[in-house]
Amino acid sequence: MSATVTPEAPAAERPVRDRADKLRQIKLVVTFAIVFGLVLWMAISIDNSDVLFLNAASPDKDHQPEAFNGLRLVWVAVAVSGIALLAAAANLVPRNGWALLVYLAVGLSFYVAFTVWYYADQDSAVEAWITNPLPSMVKYSPPLVLGALAGVICERAGVINIAIEAQLVMGAFFGYVISSLAYSNGAGMVGAALAGVLVALVLGLFSLRYHVDQVVVGVVLIALALGLTTFLLGQIPTQQENESLNTLLSDPPDPLTPIEIPGLSQIPVIGRALFNQSILVYITLLAPIVVWFLLYQTRWGLRVRSVGEHPKAADTVGIKVNRVRWQAVLLGGGLAGLGGAFYTVGSSGSFTDNAANGQGFMALAAVIMGRWHPIGATMAAFFFALTAAMKDDFGLVTKVPSELIAVAPYLATLIAVAGFVGRVRTPAADGQPYVKD
Amino acid sequence: MQLQIQGLTRRFGDFVANDAIDLTIEPGEIHCLLGENGAGKSTLMNMLYGLLEPSAGQILLDGKPVHFNTPGDAIDAGIGMVHQHFMLVPVFTVAENVMLGREGGPILNRKAAGQRVRDLSDRYGLHVDPKALVEDIPVGVQQRVEILKALANEAKVLILDEPTAVLTPQEIDELMEIMRQLKAQGTSIIFITHKLREVKAVGDKISVIRRGKIVGTADPSASEAELAEMMVGREVNLVVDKDAPEVGQPVLEARGVTIIDPRGHEVVKDVSFEARAGEVLGIAGVQGNGQTELIKSLLGLVRPSAGDIVLDGDSIAKHGPKRSLAAGIGYIPEDRSHDGYVATFSVRENLVLDLYRTPEFSSGPALKLAAIERNADQRIAEFDIRTTSRETPVGSLSGGNQQKVVVAREFSRPLKVLIASQPTRGVDVGSIEFIHKRIIEERDRGTAVIIVSTELDEIFALSDRIAVMYDGRIVDTVSPDIEREQIGLLMAGAVPEKGGAA
Repeated sequence: MSATVTPEAPAAERPVRDRADKLRQIKLVVTFAIVFGLVLWMAISIDNSDVLFLNAASPDKDHQPEAFNGLRLVWVAVAVSGIALLAAAANLVPRNGWALLVYLAVGLSFYVAFTVWYYADQDSAVEAWITNPLPSMVKYSPPLVLGALAGVICERAGVINIAIEAQLVMGAFFGYVISSLAYSNGAGMVGAALAGVLVALVLGLFSLRYHVDQVVVGVVLIALALGLTTFLLGQIPTQQENESLNTLLSDPPDPLTPIEIPGLSQIPVIGRALFNQSILVYITLLAPIVVWFLLYQTRWGLRVRSVGEHPKAADTVGIKVNRVRWQAVLLGGGLAGLGGAFYTVGSSGSFTDNAANGQGFMALAAVIMGRWHPIGATMAAFFFALTAAMKDDFGLVTKVPSELIAVAPYLATLIAVAGFVGRVRTPAADGQPYVKD
Repeated sequence: MQLQIQGLTRRFGDFVANDAIDLTIEPGEIHCLLGENGAGKSTLMNMLYGLLEPSAGQILLDGKPVHFNTPGDAIDAGIGMVHQHFMLVPVFTVAENVMLGREGGPILNRKAAGQRVRDLSDRYGLHVDPKALVEDIPVGVQQRVEILKALANEAKVLILDEPTAVLTPQEIDELMEIMRQLKAQGTSIIFITHKLREVKAVGDKISVIRRGKIVGTADPSASEAELAEMMVGREVNLVVDKDAPEVGQPVLEARGVTIIDPRGHEVVKDVSFEARAGEVLGIAGVQGNGQTELIKSLLGLVRPSAGDIVLDGDSIAKHGPKRSLAAGIGYIPEDRSHDGYVATFSVRENLVLDLYRTPEFSSGPALKLAAIERNADQRIAEFDIRTTSRETPVGSLSGGNQQKVVVAREFSRPLKVLIASQPTRGVDVGSIEFIHKRIIEERDRGTAVIIVSTELDEIFALSDRIAVMYDGRIVDTVSPDIEREQIGLLMAGAVPEKGGAA
C-alpha cells in the first residue's frame, strides 16, 4: 500500500485574499471614484467662489448671512475624497470601526461640495444663503435617535422590533392627547413613553409568549397603530357634542421651547445646535450614552446581550431569558414612544395623521447601519436627521430638481446599507423565540 | 456531597427517555455513565441540572430531597455542568462568560471578574486568558472556560457531558488529569461518554445506560468487549473487516486550496491532497481545524479563495454542488439534519432528493411516482432502514436510520468519489457497523473514498491513508499503522520530522 508518504513541510505563507475582500475594494474604489469625480467637477464648474452662509436657522439681529470663500472648501473636499480614493486603490482603508471614519469623511466632503456648488453662482435677484444645518438636524433627531436606540435594545435582547414606526405614531398621538388633557408637556411626554410601552407590550405578548413571527407581528402593529390613531383622531368630539373635551383637545399647551444653556450655546457652529434645544432634544442627546452604559457596563446589559446571542447559555447559568427579553422590549418601547412625542409635544403641539411618516423605518435602517451598537446607530440616525433637515433648506434654489434631492438620502441609505455596512453580525439569536426543549 | 437519584423517569409523549433510574454518586467519586447515542444520558443530566422536569422520581442531595425548577436552582445547590455543546457566548470574553449570571452587583466589575478567573485557573491549573474572546480561542480552551464557569459557582458535583468529543488525545489526557485533581479536592464528577477507553482510564464506578434504563454497573477493570456488550445489548464487532486496498489512479485532487470564511479568517491554508481510486483517505483532526470548510469546497458548497479542485483532470472548483454531484461525487454531510435530508419529507422523497431530475424518476416536469416508490422500497430493504413505512417523515426516525437514508441515497448512483464527513456521528453501534461495511464495499468497487472524522477509532478502522489536519493545514499524511500517540501529536499541531512517518 501507500509507502509513498510525503510529509508536507508547512509551505511558506502565501498571501491569499478573500474574494469578499476583493469585492469590497472594488466597491470602495468605484464609489470613491464617483464621489471624487463629481466633487472635482463641481470645483471646476464654480465661477464665483463666494457663497452666503448663515450660522442659524433663520436670520435675526445677531445672525446675518455672511459671504465666504466656498470654493476653498470644495477644493478641500476634492483633496479628502482624492486621498480616500488613493487609499482604497492601495487597499489601505481599515477593516475595523475606523473605516466608518473614512466613509464619513468621503460623505462629508461630498455633502460640503454639493452644498457650496448648489448655492454658488446664483443668477436670481435675491441670493439664497446656506443655513447651518446642524441646529435643525439636532432638532429633528429625537424620533430617529430614540427609535434607533429602541431597536438596538430590543434586537440585542434577541427580539426584532419592526414596530418602531408604530411606537412613534402611538407616542405622538398619546403625547398630544395627554399633554392636552393635563395641559402639561411633561405629562404628555410620559404619556407618549407609556404609549410606546403599550405597543411593546403587544409585541412582547405575541413574540415572547406565543412565538409568533416577530416581523409579522411588527408589520401588523404598524398597520394597527396607523389605523387606530386615525380612528381615535376622528372620535374627538366636536364643539356641539362635548364642549369641554373639545376645548381641551383643540388647545394643547404650547410646544416645548428651546432652553438656551448660557455660554455653551455661544460656541461657533455647533453651540446653537447642541445647547439651544428643548428638553426632549437634551434627553435624546444623553440617551445614547446612557444606553451604551446600560448595555456594556451593567449586569442588566450583559444579561440582555447574552439572551440575544445565546439564550440557552444564559438559561444554563440561571438567567430567566424571557424575563430579560421582556424588560428590554418594554424599555425600548418607552424610548421609541418618547421619541414619538417629538411630532406633537416637541413641534406643533397637535397630531396629524401618519405623523411619523416612515421615520420608524429609517430608525430601523439606522440600527443596521450602526451595527446594533448604540453609538453607531445614533450616528446613523443623526445622518438621517441631517438629510431630513437638508430637504427643507434646498427648496430655495432650483439647480437640481427638488424631487431628486428628496430621494437622495434614501439612495445614500441604500448604498450605505447594501454596500458598506460590511460583514454585520446580527445578534445571533435575533428574532428567535426561546423555547425550552 | 452525596447525590442520589431515585426512580427518576422522563417521558416525551409515549416515549420513555428515562425509566426509573437509580444512581448514587459518592463525594469525591468519578462516576462514569456509559451509553450509546440516544440511550438517555443527556435527558438524565438535563433533569439533574434543572433544564427538564422529571415525570416521576426524585433527586436527593446528602439525603435531602431537592427540586430544581431552573438551572439556577441546581447551581445554587452546588451542581455544575459542562455541556456537550458549549454554553458560552462567542462574542463575550472569557471573564464575561464566567461572570454571567453572578455578576456581583449592578455595575460590571470586569477587573475583579478577570482576577477571579486568574485565581481559579491558577488553583486548578486551567490556563486561560480572561480577556480573550471566546470565539477566538480553540475548543479545548473553551472547554476549560466551561469548567471554570462551574468551578466559579463552587460546584460540588460536576457533570461532564461527552467532554472528549472535541479534544485531541493529549487534551483528553489533560482533562483526565484535571478530573483527578478535582476529585482529590472532594468534587464528585459524573462523566458521560460512549468511549470505553476513557471510562476505563478515569472512572471509579461505571453505570451503563441503555434505552433509558440502567442495565448494570461495572468496575473499571472490566474489559472493553464486556462494556461494549452491556452498552449495546449484544456482542459487538469492534473491528471492521477489510482487505488490503487495490489502489488505482488519483481521482479527486485538491491543489493549494485556501478558504477564507465569512468572518475573514483563513480556515483552510494551502491544502493539497489526492484521493485515489479504491482507497480510503481518512482526514483526522480535532473539530474546527478546517475540515468542514475543506469538505464543503470539494463539493462546491464553498468556493475556495485560492487553489483548485480537480476531478478526473477537470477543474470543478467553480461548478457548484449540482454539477459536482452529477459528475459522480457522493456526499454524506457532517450535519445530516441540516444538509443531509429534509426532515418533514418522507423517506421516499428523501431517497431521491438529488436524483429526481434523472430520466429514471422524471419526465419533463412530472415525477414518475411509481418509479420513486419502487426505488424507496428497494433502498429500504437493501439498507435495512427501520421505518414504519416509506411515507414516514425522516425527522421522526432514529439517528442511525436517518443516516442510513442519506447513505442509501448517495450510494444509489454510480460514484467516482465518496466524501463522508462524520458518517457515524450520533448513530447507534448497529448502524455504525452497517455503514462502515458499506463504505468499505464502495471502496472495493473502485471508488475513491474520503472520510472525515474526529473519532480516531473510526479513522483507524476505515483508512488506508491518514491525512492529519491542524489549523487549516494538512500537517502530515501517514499510514494507519502509526501509533495513536503520534497521531495525537500531529492533531495538536506538532510538526513531523522530515521523512518521519510511515
